[in-house]
Amino acid sequence: MLSPAETEALWLSLSVAARSVAFNLPFAILVAWLLTRTRFAGRTLFDAFVHLPLVLPPVVIGYLLLVLFGVRGPIGGWLHQNFGIQLAFTSTGAALATAVMSFPLVVRAIRISLENVDRGLEEAARTLGAGPMDRFVSITLPLIAPGILAGAVTAFAAGLGEFGAVITFAANIPGETRTLPLALYTALQTPDGDALAARLAAISLSLGLAGLLVSEFLSRALRLRLGR
Amino acid sequence: MLRVELRKRRGEFSLDAAFSAPTPGVTALFGRSGCGKSTLISLIAGLLAPDAGRVVLDDDVLFDSERHLSVDARHRRIGVVFQDARLFPHLSVRGNLDYGARRVARETPRPVAFDDVVSLLGLGQVLARRPHQLSGGEKQRVALGRALLSQPRLLLLDEPLASLDLARREEVLPYLEKLRDAFAIPIVYVSHQFDEVLRLATRVVLLDAGRTLADGDIATVSRHPQLRAIVGPDSVGAVLAGHVESVDKTGLAVLRVGDAELIVEIDGAVVGQRIQIQVLARDVIVATGRPSGLSVRNVVAARVISVTADAGRAVLVELDIGRTATLLARITSRASEELGLSVDKQVWALIKAASLRGHVFSVPAR
Repeated sequence: MLSPAETEALWLSLSVAARSVAFNLPFAILVAWLLTRTRFAGRTLFDAFVHLPLVLPPVVIGYLLLVLFGVRGPIGGWLHQNFGIQLAFTSTGAALATAVMSFPLVVRAIRISLENVDRGLEEAARTLGAGPMDRFVSITLPLIAPGILAGAVTAFAAGLGEFGAVITFAANIPGETRTLPLALYTALQTPDGDALAARLAAISLSLGLAGLLVSEFLSRALRLRLGR
Repeated sequence: MLRVELRKRRGEFSLDAAFSAPTPGVTALFGRSGCGKSTLISLIAGLLAPDAGRVVLDDDVLFDSERHLSVDARHRRIGVVFQDARLFPHLSVRGNLDYGARRVARETPRPVAFDDVVSLLGLGQVLARRPHQLSGGEKQRVALGRALLSQPRLLLLDEPLASLDLARREEVLPYLEKLRDAFAIPIVYVSHQFDEVLRLATRVVLLDAGRTLADGDIATVSRHPQLRAIVGPDSVGAVLAGHVESVDKTGLAVLRVGDAELIVEIDGAVVGQRIQIQVLARDVIVATGRPSGLSVRNVVAARVISVTADAGRAVLVELDIGRTATLLARITSRASEELGLSVDKQVWALIKAASLRGHVFSVPAR
């Protein structure tokens, strides 16, 4: 049904999006927790910084990643020298760029559910002998699971379509970083590519729709479990 | 013995409370809403940091501002039941009950067994349910069980019935009585309903605007003017404690209180049981001669201690019925004048047996 190039782009998109979510979640939970539960100097600035990807052109994010994580950049150079890891122009780099772009979305979703957690439940857990980490794992985390899930699914769906940051930081390499939107873009640049572009667009559309439906279904099931 | 002496300022409100509570035993923290009862509970539990003071439980110092000592709430082994139950919504009833039980330190003795708690609180049918499938009364019973199973040295019950309607309160109260009698765990019971206090507690700490006004046995504190102001004129009455001397064929129990014998209606009374009753001041009739030909069962010889003006055209007469037991009677000031009531006058107090309801305390409280 799909041509090898289409299958490749589809799988690459799914893999990049999935890895971007995996990058995202631990940091997003930590940042959401810092922003809701702690007060520190520069919190407002930190909050704004986290939300930057929402307002900056994706190309700017890609460029900044290139400066920091490029082979000659301060972080990228260190990773390359010490571990032989190269991020720029690789599919891992594409996942990183995607993760940075969707980070504020995930933080936002988790933060909203964290703000809704009844602190009284954590207090009750404390009187029952639970320490801080124990309370987080046994009470807070299950209660914000719907938020984490919603954030993850949104980030995954958005990650399937990330274009600007990926093409700037990871380029458009077939089989490595040419995800669905990049393949679509390439098809549009090619004479006689209209049919392929249409097919790729149709795949993207179905994926997006399926993602949103799955998200709705999962969050309903979770909310039912929590009795709300 | 639980000894509490705490100060805490929160915005406009300042709390400066000191009281002691016997262990075991049930001590009620009684006062109007907003008088600082819940704050005091949070401070004792260690959920809120006091500005200064001490909390000592059975010679174990839990908090001492002078020594910069504060045991974390999770190590205090104080079980708390909150007004809003606070069951964990993602766990079943069994999961909730197990939560504290699983976190009991290995070296801690475990006198409270899971099966005992489940049968005492009648939770067998709901173990697999989720909190949102429970009624308000069931939620509070689960919260009680959860706290009990954490093997606490002290139970703090913060208005556990306040969020329930009257029918649900009546459903949960017997469980509280059973719990009090079944385990030797000291309880501090917060309430602004005096009838709950009467049924459960033997000691009362009276709290008003963040200050402890009185701290003593319920009979003494029940006559405190501030307590009378809180419960309102219609609910004013002396609390008497006594033991069942005998039970007649019709189920009426004879109670020895002070030098007097009172006939009281008690369901299933057993000789020797400790009984607590409240004699409402409006239910007491005062006579200067011993009356005859009346339906009244209880005619008690008494001596006038004081006559004070009360709400409206009434006076409140305090009557000594022997051995420090005291009755309160509300009569009109005109009746008082016509009877010539004055301090030390010998009178008769008349109380209908049908107006008295006794509350059973099967474990003799100290």
